[in-house]
Amino acid sequence: MDQDRIRNFSIIAHIDHGKSTLADRILEVTGAVTGRDMRAQVLDSMDLERERGITIKAQAVRVDWKGHELNLIDTPGHVDFTYEVSRSLQACEGALLVVDAAQGVEAQTVANAYLAIENDLELLPVVNKIDLPQADPDGAAEEIAELVGDTPDHALRVSAKTGQGVEEILDAVIARIPPPKGDPEGPSRALVFDSSYDQYRGVVAFIRVIDGSFRAGEPVLAMAQGTRFEAEEVGFFSPTMQPADTLSAGEVGYLITGLKDVARLRVGETLTSQSNPASAPLPGYRDVKPMVFAGLFPTDSDDYPELRDALERLKLNDASLSYEPETSQALGFGFRSGFLGLLHMEIVRERLEREFDLDLLVTAPTVAYRVETPTGELVEVHNPADMPDDRERVEEPYVRASIIVPKDGVGQVMELATERRGRFDHMEYLSPERVLLLYELPLGEIVFDFYDQLKSRTRGYASFDYDYAGFREGDLVRLDVLVGGEPVDALSLVLHRESAYARGRLLVDRLRAEIPRQMFDVPVQAAIGSRIIARETIKAKRKDVLAKCYGGDITRKRKLLDRQKRGKKRMKQVGAVEVPQEAFLAVLNLDEAAKK
Amino acid sequence: MSGARHLYVHLPFCAARCGYCDFVTVVGREGRHDEYVDALIAELALERGALSEPLDTVFLGGGTPTFTEPGALQRLLRALPGCEELTVEANPETVTPELASLLAAEGVTRVSLGAQSFQPHLLETLERRASPDVVRRAFYHFRDASFDNISLDLIYGIPGQSTADLERDIDEALALAPEHLSWYELEAKPGTRFTHAHGDELARQSEEMEDYFERVVDRMTGAGYRWYETANFCLMPTRDGDRDLRSRHNLGYWLGRDYLGLGIGAVSTVGARRWRNTPRLGVYLEALANGERPLREVEDLSAEVKREERVMLGLRLDEGVLLADATDAIDVRALDRLVAADLVSVGPANGAPPALILTGRGRRLGDGVTAELLA
Repeated sequence: MDQDRIRNFSIIAHIDHGKSTLADRILEVTGAVTGRDMRAQVLDSMDLERERGITIKAQAVRVDWKGHELNLIDTPGHVDFTYEVSRSLQACEGALLVVDAAQGVEAQTVANAYLAIENDLELLPVVNKIDLPQADPDGAAEEIAELVGDTPDHALRVSAKTGQGVEEILDAVIARIPPPKGDPEGPSRALVFDSSYDQYRGVVAFIRVIDGSFRAGEPVLAMAQGTRFEAEEVGFFSPTMQPADTLSAGEVGYLITGLKDVARLRVGETLTSQSNPASAPLPGYRDVKPMVFAGLFPTDSDDYPELRDALERLKLNDASLSYEPETSQALGFGFRSGFLGLLHMEIVRERLEREFDLDLLVTAPTVAYRVETPTGELVEVHNPADMPDDRERVEEPYVRASIIVPKDGVGQVMELATERRGRFDHMEYLSPERVLLLYELPLGEIVFDFYDQLKSRTRGYASFDYDYAGFREGDLVRLDVLVGGEPVDALSLVLHRESAYARGRLLVDRLRAEIPRQMFDVPVQAAIGSRIIARETIKAKRKDVLAKCYGGDITRKRKLLDRQKRGKKRMKQVGAVEVPQEAFLAVLNLDEAAKK
Repeated sequence: MSGARHLYVHLPFCAARCGYCDFVTVVGREGRHDEYVDALIAELALERGALSEPLDTVFLGGGTPTFTEPGALQRLLRALPGCEELTVEANPETVTPELASLLAAEGVTRVSLGAQSFQPHLLETLERRASPDVVRRAFYHFRDASFDNISLDLIYGIPGQSTADLERDIDEALALAPEHLSWYELEAKPGTRFTHAHGDELARQSEEMEDYFERVVDRMTGAGYRWYETANFCLMPTRDGDRDLRSRHNLGYWLGRDYLGLGIGAVSTVGARRWRNTPRLGVYLEALANGERPLREVEDLSAEVKREERVMLGLRLDEGVLLADATDAIDVRALDRLVAADLVSVGPANGAPPALILTGRGRRLGDGVTAELLA
């Protein structure tokens, strides 16, 4: 197809602002899906995505509208997947920036709009849900205009739910979004903006062809990684897979690689032809590094092999997931896993529990620290227990956070951000009622309970999003927890010196409440190095005996004893102290406990 | 095997069921006492081969044995094989001078009186029918009938029981100078009517009640009683001639000896086999009326289980369990830990062979210590 008749665009929106519904409606209006086949939210294929209302994997669907080929590229809605979002945006020339007419601009709208602007996309502001009784389309249009520097009357007003205004969106896509401008005759280049794994056909790459064309049977080279394979099939989604002879410059579709390992074809790669390779890859490829880490342990240590298998299988579909074996004295065998962010961690955990039926104990999330040792060696630490005692300096990752809050919540947000070592950048009024605050915050302060605190302090009105902003030095210490004099490796934390005392006290209080009394006094301590900063004692039990053993019913007594013995086996042994798993869980959920 | 020298006979009938009770009891059906005694006698005839006579002990428990219609009770007592210790359990409100005389005349050597408490509000909570005065009167009826081995059953940890209430109960019990006392902690089983009514109160009081057991032990031993089993106390021989006033029948259980049980819900252990009769009165009566053994739940005890039970029960005794009997069942590393923590001691008791003996604190933590030793 002539590039002038192609338009590639995506939809960006804050969660629940109607992105998926709008995508469904576009498929319906263009006849790509008939009403009968219409499943709500066709593009979200995983159950989990459907339930959480978020999209994990980007996909692209081709529709025809008034003699044009429109490719709708779906993007993940959350910044944990910023890199994937930006790859998806790089495959487009424009984006619909969707805002809920009742909610207005939210933090994700801001973060995603900035990403789109950085990628030189033509933004079409769309005010959605105008059918809602509480809708304020004019207010929402003004907020968008303020954000993107446009005039409010440029915003399209639609209801994805009723279909009102959807055809006008498609017309505007053709009129306002520029066509692709690649070289159809040059050496072929395509951007891999996403991939998925099919157990029979291997890695399926979602590609945007920039220059030249790709056809089935052609030997292909991934330029950054040097991976070579043959294109087994090319085609597009409409919305089901449609094989095609070629994908040519400007087009979006899929390419089946036959590769059995997602890690061999990363998102962001440039594909070219082995026989006539391009001289340079497309700009911007980078290897995605996990920023958030946590230990994953099976509740029942017998499930370790199942957990290993499950992680292997998840990894097939999620190249950004990383893990390595971890052994904890308290929790046994598990894996230290790296995630793109907190949401990514939550999704992985839920998938492990739901799809693989595993019971997991997840340690408190931590971030990647860069440590310089006295000998000048640089190490990256992913587990607080591995934080060396001798260190010259420690750097921690920072994020650029956008927080949107009603104006009477600004004080609360500022207070929280200051508590969390935030550096104020600037603030602006999106409307007379709503304020955008920009802060730089240590990621380590966010992984605890920042979002929960933000929600509770603003009665749920604040929205929050972040993007990584590099590493900076911090006055960080390792806080250890000792039970009965033995350090509990799984409970070690790295945190700022100033918050160590308060958190140490909270941890110790909580453990004292959760660890059942033993046959001897058990000290519970929090320590920085060899210095104890908080201490409590679990008093020894004074009595543990069922007085009655009577009437010859010895079997009952023995069964009670067996139950007690089984109870002991479920305990995790820390030195001589038996600690129930619930105690670890309670401590790991410290933040929820603190809120109560 | 020479056969069991201990016989238990279950008399399930009660005037009313107390809220906390979880024994097999039958309320009402007074008309069936005779029929039930017939069945007991028939069961005894069927099982007599398992006994080795003369018996060491016979124990009539319940239920309320003394609620059984006197004629039927007398007929039963006369039908039982002879023994050295014959104990009957009694509820205070059923004890009359006539009943006391009847028991004495029929050769009963020991009575166990279910006092439970002397505080009216606690007796009410327990749904007991006797008032404190009735309890005391019953005790003296037995003394008047010249019983010289009377045991009192008492309960602590009753919802609403204050420390002062417990101290008063201890005072009143000691004032009667019984030869033997059993102090049981109230067990509120989940899901029972009693727990439903009093569970919250008990949970609220649990911290306060934690030292009740310790108090009971201190007061009993201070008053010259021997704490010979976790929940049982008897007068020291020095205070009462040369008599060993421990319950010989219950010692049989705790030392792992064979015993035969008759009646509904009764348990027997003979050799490697344990069985429990059906708890259903109708089923039991029908079987024995037809000359058949009643429906039973049978459990075969492996040598390992027997060894484990020996340790579990033996550790409840002040004399402990012989090291020779325990070594194959216990975790030696746990033993070292527990000895170091001063919960267990190993040593000859009064020149006897080496035994594992719990220390005072070890006995108060007995379930935990046992679970650790046997783990």
